[in-house]
Amino acid sequence: MSRRDAAVAAGRFGYGPKPGELDQIASDPRGWVIEQLSKSPERPEGLRAIPDSVDRAAQVLVALNQGADNLAQMMRQEGRRIYISDVAARTLAAARTEDAVIERLVHFWSNHFTVSASRPIVLPVALPFEQEAIRPHVLGRFTDMLLAVARHPAMLAYLDNAVSVGPNSWAGRRRDRGLNENLAREILELHTLGVDGGYTQDDVRQLALILTGWTVRRPQDGDPGRFRFLPAIHEPGDKRLLGVVYAEDGQAEGERALADLARHPSTARHIAVKLARHFIADQPPGTAVDRLAAAFQASDGDLHAVSRELVQIDAVWADPLPKFKSPNDLVISALRSMGGAPGNSEVGTGAVASLDMLGQAPFTAPSPAGWPDTAEAWATPEAMVRRVEWGLEVAQRIGGSIDPRRFVDWTIAPVAADDTLIAIDRAPSAEEGLALAFASPAFQRR
Amino acid sequence: MPLSRRSLIGSAAAGAALAAGPWRLALADGVTDKRLVLVVLRGGLDGLAAFAPYGDPNYRSLRNQLALDEPGRDDGLVDLGGFFGLHPALAPLAPWYQAGEMLAVHAVATPYRERSHFDAQDLLENGTARPHGSDDGWLNRALAQLGASDRRLGLAVGHGVPLVLRGDVDVANWQPSQLPAADPSFHSLVAGLYRNDPMLAHAFEEGLRATAMAEETLDEATMRPGRRIGRQEAATLLAETAGRMLADPAGPRVAVLEVPGWDTHAGQGTVNGRLATALRRLAESLTRLREGLGPVWSDTAIAVVTEFGRTAGPNGSGGTDHGTGTVAILLGGAVAGGRMIADWPGLSTGALYEGRDLAPTQDLRAFLKGVLRDHLNLPESSLAAGVFPGSSGVAAMNGLIAV
Repeated sequence: MSRRDAAVAAGRFGYGPKPGELDQIASDPRGWVIEQLSKSPERPEGLRAIPDSVDRAAQVLVALNQGADNLAQMMRQEGRRIYISDVAARTLAAARTEDAVIERLVHFWSNHFTVSASRPIVLPVALPFEQEAIRPHVLGRFTDMLLAVARHPAMLAYLDNAVSVGPNSWAGRRRDRGLNENLAREILELHTLGVDGGYTQDDVRQLALILTGWTVRRPQDGDPGRFRFLPAIHEPGDKRLLGVVYAEDGQAEGERALADLARHPSTARHIAVKLARHFIADQPPGTAVDRLAAAFQASDGDLHAVSRELVQIDAVWADPLPKFKSPNDLVISALRSMGGAPGNSEVGTGAVASLDMLGQAPFTAPSPAGWPDTAEAWATPEAMVRRVEWGLEVAQRIGGSIDPRRFVDWTIAPVAADDTLIAIDRAPSAEEGLALAFASPAFQRR
Repeated sequence: MPLSRRSLIGSAAAGAALAAGPWRLALADGVTDKRLVLVVLRGGLDGLAAFAPYGDPNYRSLRNQLALDEPGRDDGLVDLGGFFGLHPALAPLAPWYQAGEMLAVHAVATPYRERSHFDAQDLLENGTARPHGSDDGWLNRALAQLGASDRRLGLAVGHGVPLVLRGDVDVANWQPSQLPAADPSFHSLVAGLYRNDPMLAHAFEEGLRATAMAEETLDEATMRPGRRIGRQEAATLLAETAGRMLADPAGPRVAVLEVPGWDTHAGQGTVNGRLATALRRLAESLTRLREGLGPVWSDTAIAVVTEFGRTAGPNGSGGTDHGTGTVAILLGGAVAGGRMIADWPGLSTGALYEGRDLAPTQDLRAFLKGVLRDHLNLPESSLAAGVFPGSSGVAAMNGLIAV
């Protein structure tokens, strides 16, 4: 029975406690996490109505066919509305769900396989991508997630594979188009092996050749927005990736290559480092990384087994507040701490504006590497002042409706320093007391 | 809420209460009057587009649909001496070149020869010859050489502090906020909470310093809370504000601006397109930066660098992929400009690096060392030892700065 460990479980594995949640978790904090890991990662209430990527992509592709100006106009009118409503739904779902561990895993893996708003087509399909390619696999097999990601229109568009043409393919010999290495490079560098995972520029090119033909149906192809393998742009012949020959086999060639990459020891290590950094510390202990990599390999990339292993690592529970919250953590945990703001129709829009202002508007990561996951990137001078002032603004909007002392009890009390609790207790007003609670190290960290 | 000068100094004082001494020190002896701005173009600038070697016999065939028209034609290049031409989207900068206030070093690269953005940027900023070779940045180490002591001579403009400015020397960090500023007494309560959390205490204190400094520099219109600004306006506003902060005699001397959007894998375009849009924004930002610098323009050098170039020819999607050699640009009243600096490797297939990239013939560190030595007056020995470790074989480039 430990409220301290309950706070660790809620903050590190979930998105912070809702009122009363710490008391529910306290009887068995590790068991609370493990129980959530045994659930099926279904969409929470609030995300079930998000349209399929095919519907969204088809809309964009049809507009694009009618001309770039037409598309630009549509995106100006519709794009912003869709984005705000998607991100609001995503944020509120995490703020309100009972199964916050699942949402954290979805966001973690979505960031690992970042798609970002650099192309018009990406933004409307970003949240559908997360629901279709990421969510079903967060407690399944890594290889399935990798394949679902690499086939998804959002990723094919974002990293240009949709327009990559084998130089010796039927189309490559006739048209002025050719190979695009972007997706292949990032699969090797970011999604699987890692930059020091032991591949060369030639491996990048070979994987790009293997993946030629993996594209998206256009309106003139019928059923626009869906994945298709297009033999006419697929590079014919054998390819050689990491010393393995992949005999010409159309789409199956790429499926085999991705499956081999998913079970490569460098991939196990790369994933282990990222998980440990997210769930343990910016500089995680090497022994923890070793255990996670071993669990990944022993289970052939079973993410349920790897996630369970994580819970069993004592280093996770040693320090209650090793991680500095990202803006996404901060906004969602603040919403949860206030009960998820049920029934308030403006809170979603406010959450989107907050994320943007704090520097982490979802699906706009600066590069395919995704958002950084260390304090160094987020605890900058400019951001620190902004986070404090944001907390004050939130507290002022709520007015005096939450008693800071009660708030502290259901959120940070088990892990906060004594002087934090004293300062909040002595605050000149309820608003400032709540704002101090938001600003406190115990709330800014997890 | 336009902040009065009194409230600004008040909030600065609240921050200063945490540390020893006031932040507004008198100018320390020996602190330079020179201003240096580093502009980091993230994603890999296509140097063959920005400064096109139209006089190279292979230029047109190699660049194919990405080739720009020759000088003199409508939307053609702006000639820079008969061999190189400036991209038409950068035309607003041509007068700077003609006035001797801009130069470019071509076929330049860091020591990095792989093709990862992230490793390449890390190396560009850490100042060693390998990715993750150092946890701090070369510009921070250069600030240490300036004897910066307690005064914030370095400024990161934008959400975070980039690696190049991270390190032992404290730097300021600023970005305009749409939030109303909190009362200074609230700030000191918050500061109290951070007494035993050095990371948060330090960041918060530095943030208050930078905010106070920015608010003294900005006029009321740009600081009005709740005023929504678009991304393009935000970028140019940041540039102008950085200029004004640098122009303050007691302000920073060195600033870093980061500009994303150069990773043109598809639809790169020529006169129009993704790259032209990015270049136009860059020219606009540099123009606004110059306006902000105002009276100290003659003491200023602005170095524009990127992590690597792009493939010399187009890829299959009308774009270019990660490459090697590219350009570095130097602008400002202190620059000995009006010329292109290149040991031109040529664009024949045999001359390309790995058969695909502009071959680098100059080391970017030589360029940066030349700027630091001649503009900030740092001895070359300390540049080779501490700022760019292991670079003693890379001599600083001569004559970049006007004497």
